[in-house]
Amino acid sequence: MSEARDRILARLRGRGKGHTGRLGRSGATLSRRRPDDLIGAFQRRAEALHAQVYRVDPTGWPRLLGQLCREKMLGNLLYGPGGPLGGELREASREQQGLPDLVGFEREVELCREQIFFEIEASVTSVRAGVAASGTLVLWPTVEEPRSMSLVPPIHFAVLDSRSIHATFADVVEKESWNRGMPTNALLISGPSKTADIEQTLTHGMHGPTELVILLLT
Amino acid sequence: MHQDAEFRKGVSEAVGDPRIRRTFRARMDLLMAKRRSAFPDPEAWDELRRAATRIRADSISRLPDLLQQLETNCASNGIRVHWAETADDANRTVFEIMRGHDARQLIKGKSMVSEEMGLNDYLASRGIDCLESDLGEFIVQLAGERPSHIIAPAIHKDRVQVAKLFKEKFPDVSYTEEIEALTGDARRMLRRKFFEASVGLTGVNFAVAETGTLCLVENEGNGRLCTTLPKVHIAVMGIEKVVEKLSDIPPLLNILVRSATGQSITTYFNMISSPRRRGEKDGPGEVHLVLLDNGRSGIYRDRELDATLRCIRCGACMNHCPVYSRLGGHAYPGTIPGPIGALLEPQIAGLDRLGALPTASTLCGACSEVCPVGIPIPELLNRLRAEGVRKGSEGIAGSGSRRRFREALVWRFWQMMCTRPRIYRGALSLAAGMPSVLTRLFGPWTRSRTLPVPAGKSLHVICRDRGLEHE
Repeated sequence: MSEARDRILARLRGRGKGHTGRLGRSGATLSRRRPDDLIGAFQRRAEALHAQVYRVDPTGWPRLLGQLCREKMLGNLLYGPGGPLGGELREASREQQGLPDLVGFEREVELCREQIFFEIEASVTSVRAGVAASGTLVLWPTVEEPRSMSLVPPIHFAVLDSRSIHATFADVVEKESWNRGMPTNALLISGPSKTADIEQTLTHGMHGPTELVILLLT
Repeated sequence: MHQDAEFRKGVSEAVGDPRIRRTFRARMDLLMAKRRSAFPDPEAWDELRRAATRIRADSISRLPDLLQQLETNCASNGIRVHWAETADDANRTVFEIMRGHDARQLIKGKSMVSEEMGLNDYLASRGIDCLESDLGEFIVQLAGERPSHIIAPAIHKDRVQVAKLFKEKFPDVSYTEEIEALTGDARRMLRRKFFEASVGLTGVNFAVAETGTLCLVENEGNGRLCTTLPKVHIAVMGIEKVVEKLSDIPPLLNILVRSATGQSITTYFNMISSPRRRGEKDGPGEVHLVLLDNGRSGIYRDRELDATLRCIRCGACMNHCPVYSRLGGHAYPGTIPGPIGALLEPQIAGLDRLGALPTASTLCGACSEVCPVGIPIPELLNRLRAEGVRKGSEGIAGSGSRRRFREALVWRFWQMMCTRPRIYRGALSLAAGMPSVLTRLFGPWTRSRTLPVPAGKSLHVICRDRGLEHE
């Protein structure tokens, strides 16, 4: 296969230097339209994409989560025991704030596949950042909060600190210096899973979560 | 000429089918309206388009360097990089990876490159099942058809057709024509498959050289499932999809999504930089990247036609094309229909095989007006038309293959006539006096059209008679 590589590269290099190709990169910085009210803009955009957004104070979110779980009649909730929400969730559960059974994502997915796919009713994860311009959540899944958590369960609760909302995706990439090192998987999530493949009719919950619920800490 | 003949047949069938015209007209009108509303400010559109064009043109100008950088960074992240010169090589690579894992089933996210490779048929003939998991692709696969649009593969089907198809293929599922219920049925059927799958395959929308990152754009979540749960993820990508920097991605993502479906953003943007790392609880243990050339390095040699490689596959050109919206995607041979297909496919297959495709354009310019990366599609289609009939066969593959002696002679005669006023005037009065000669001369054209009757006097003569001076 390395012969194929060498031949392809040789063909590409074979065209030699020319004057028509490069346009330069000088103008590649865009003037970005930044919304003034980041939190308000984030909420409006996220809701337009059918995410459910609840503003809550930073200590009150477990209680609100419990209330939402009751309303949605959930029997269990997948969480990351070692993740940033783990302690507060366990505490809230002990204090009986209405949370359903907490199920920790503690083993490799191969060992709990059946459960993740067919038993778990909802999950809750932290969020790295928000993007106001598009109502987007930025997730870098971790050892404690794996990738499947925001993907396989039918309902995904996401806890977002409003202080980590940036104006645009470009701002996030730049301010967080993503080019210095990327995680295994970085994700932008905007609303619940959807499709419009039949008659261009928008339908939610194709393969990913049917509901995306954002608890916005303000 | 076999494929050209196939194209002509496809065109006649499509034009004769009122349902195709009705369906595509309605769907394209909606897509155009959505795109328009996604770019409300012409200045902002212009600025974004210039940035995206610059990024893509710059990436293409440094393609070999960026590919090597991508390879180095992917490899140091643990992604295994494979190079394939032809579709067959790429198919073989995928097959070998699957065989190495003793895998009998492949679950696929949407990938136009895998369509180009003919991967499903290749693997099927070797005992491996491919399952398309994008809803549109799933429908098209069940129906045994090809995608008719690169973004919305099943755009030619209505809910009743989908309902009947599901009932036929899955008799246990109760019949419904409700779109939400049909979507729910597909979700349940495919969930089980995702649960079982050991190898997932996807395309790549952009690859970032500086970090070795593969980016996937999608709404459904099947791309994420294909790249998260199976033990092995194989990504197939045309060599032109690389960009240099991570900071190139936000403007490209922005303009791609708006141009394609008029959304401000898709549900998921999935950036993959490595296989599962130590301690991580999910994600594939192996990630393979197959870089496919398949004629792209040939396109690259031509400094005008290399603009073809800028394409980010948004589909806006086909949504706005008066020819595509009357024919639909199935009339076009090759993988990609519409204006960009008419430009790309003949360059890959050769003008001797698909040289008729560049003529499937009115050159109205709608495609280049909406192209997010400024590809001058009509100019390039014209260039291919000229290449097809040029004298001699140097240049691109199949150059000169469409040159016909009689046609060349006619044009020589035309040129001679138009550059000699006396002969021109003589010929004109002769033609005006004998319309039946014209009818015979334009035989094929008049078979389905009425020939306009030439006026007794030419415009030249009328003007002269009225005493108008040439200004």
